[in-house]
Amino acid sequence: MDRFVWTNGLLEMNETLVIQQRGVRLYDGEDKAKLDVGVVLLSTHRLLWRDQKNNECCICIPLSQVIFFEEQAAGIGKSAKIVVHLHPVLENKEPGPYQQSKYSYIKLSFKEHGQIEFYRRLTEEMTQKRWENTPVSQPIPTGVGPKAGRTRAVGIVGIERKLEEKRKETDKNISESLSRLVGRPVIMHNTAMINVISLDSANHYLSLQAKEMVEVSKSIANKIKDKQGDITEDETIRFKSYLLSMGIANPVTRETHGSGTQYHIQLAKQLGDILQAPLEERGGMMALTEVYCLVNRARGMELLSPEDLVNACKMFESLKLPLRLRVFDSGVMVVQLQSHSEEEMIASALDNVSDKGSLTAEEFAKLLGLSVLLAKERLLLAEKMGHLCRDDSVEGLRFYPNLF
Amino acid sequence: MSFEWPWQYNFPPFFTLQPNVDTRQKQLAAWCSLVLSFCRQSKLFTLDVLEAQESAVFNNNRIHRKLSVEAIQVVFEELRKKGNLEWLDKNKSRCLIMWRRPEEWGKLIHQWVSKNGMVNLVFTLYELSNGDDTEKEGIKYFMFPCYIALYQQNGNASLQNYNFTVKATVR
Repeated sequence: MDRFVWTNGLLEMNETLVIQQRGVRLYDGEDKAKLDVGVVLLSTHRLLWRDQKNNECCICIPLSQVIFFEEQAAGIGKSAKIVVHLHPVLENKEPGPYQQSKYSYIKLSFKEHGQIEFYRRLTEEMTQKRWENTPVSQPIPTGVGPKAGRTRAVGIVGIERKLEEKRKETDKNISESLSRLVGRPVIMHNTAMINVISLDSANHYLSLQAKEMVEVSKSIANKIKDKQGDITEDETIRFKSYLLSMGIANPVTRETHGSGTQYHIQLAKQLGDILQAPLEERGGMMALTEVYCLVNRARGMELLSPEDLVNACKMFESLKLPLRLRVFDSGVMVVQLQSHSEEEMIASALDNVSDKGSLTAEEFAKLLGLSVLLAKERLLLAEKMGHLCRDDSVEGLRFYPNLF
Repeated sequence: MSFEWPWQYNFPPFFTLQPNVDTRQKQLAAWCSLVLSFCRQSKLFTLDVLEAQESAVFNNNRIHRKLSVEAIQVVFEELRKKGNLEWLDKNKSRCLIMWRRPEEWGKLIHQWVSKNGMVNLVFTLYELSNGDDTEKEGIKYFMFPCYIALYQQNGNASLQNYNFTVKATVR
């Protein structure tokens, strides 16, 4: 919190307001700031906060001071938060509400929600870095202070700084080349540990775009492998932001939104092609677990995670593909052809049962060449429609035509 | 005369409480009529739940199926709702089976009384139940419900307590 400075709250000439949100409380690291609830404002250049009750009390911090930021999910009795990690305080900083702080990060606690949109806008601004293009008339202290500010000795700190700059340079180069290839801004924060599963989904996304990107990410992975065993919490945090900037949904936390990412859309289209033939073979319906096994066996190397599969399947309808994801009452999820008619299935089930007098799920499955799970679902559905009735005894569950 | 079991009795699903609501309604209706007709035939007026589970009504040895205790309770509850059953104790272990409902008894008594010209006469329910008519055999079990029923028939009866003998006047 010692990075904040007092301000009159007015925007400068080239500065525009991006988004604001009421009901936000500030935290100095883990401690609640000695300020009340206020409005947080995001501009192209700064992050501002104004006290709701006392409009005169307004503080701000330039966006260039932000290293990175992340979301902190809401808990019981706790609001959702955005944690903003900041560069060290500058020597010539103007006065602010805090003289000093033991934390290098602050938190914005969204008591009245709105964190998702705010986070999205903050990401945009941090990506675009519009403050660099349009410097405002009032000199705003940036992350790179004047040389005179560096009063610390050029010792280990100096070496660290040099390494930091070198890393930034590498990141910048990679970012630029990635951005060119991807066609949208990509930022690389410090290279970090990437675990294999996420690397797979990252890899897949890349291979959809360009081969060169695959090479790039592979080289990064190798670089990381050298640092194996050095995972610090810091780097994990950085890695999360790295993935976010790549446009892949964060694997660690919850969904960001329901509309799905590019990755899922592409995947859904691919599934539409792959699954046509197997579905027809199996009478138009396959359990999601069967689909998962089939698809991953076919892919061999770049495996799908179950989550990715479900998300892709959810998009079938909106993409107008001839497949549908369907969830039964019992929770079983299946993929079925759009042309699949439920009434036909039930009518044929009734015929089968009547022929044989009575059937168990296993017998029915054998008869039709379906999996036992799907066979049971079909029988249960027929029972629900009133065509069949059940006989539950120590001998097992049998279905009879409903003679009642 | 041996009891004629209905077709459902030999249908295994009959002994499983059906989850489908419509099917269950039909099933319960069939059970109710089975229980009532069995009791009427066997001249049973009361049933003990645990004994019932072993009796032939709820237990078909030929197809190795029997109705579970929970399902029996459901059937009994259905009978109670219809007015054919009264619990004799709080624990619901013994019940009164009225294969003829009190109202029906009431009507029957009224008919008998009118037929025999006994209107406006005082008689004990003992007399009533021990007439020649075998139909009235169950009355001794249903004295109280019968009184209610008779009374409910537009106040056509009044009961006088006389030396522990309940008298009834049917108008």
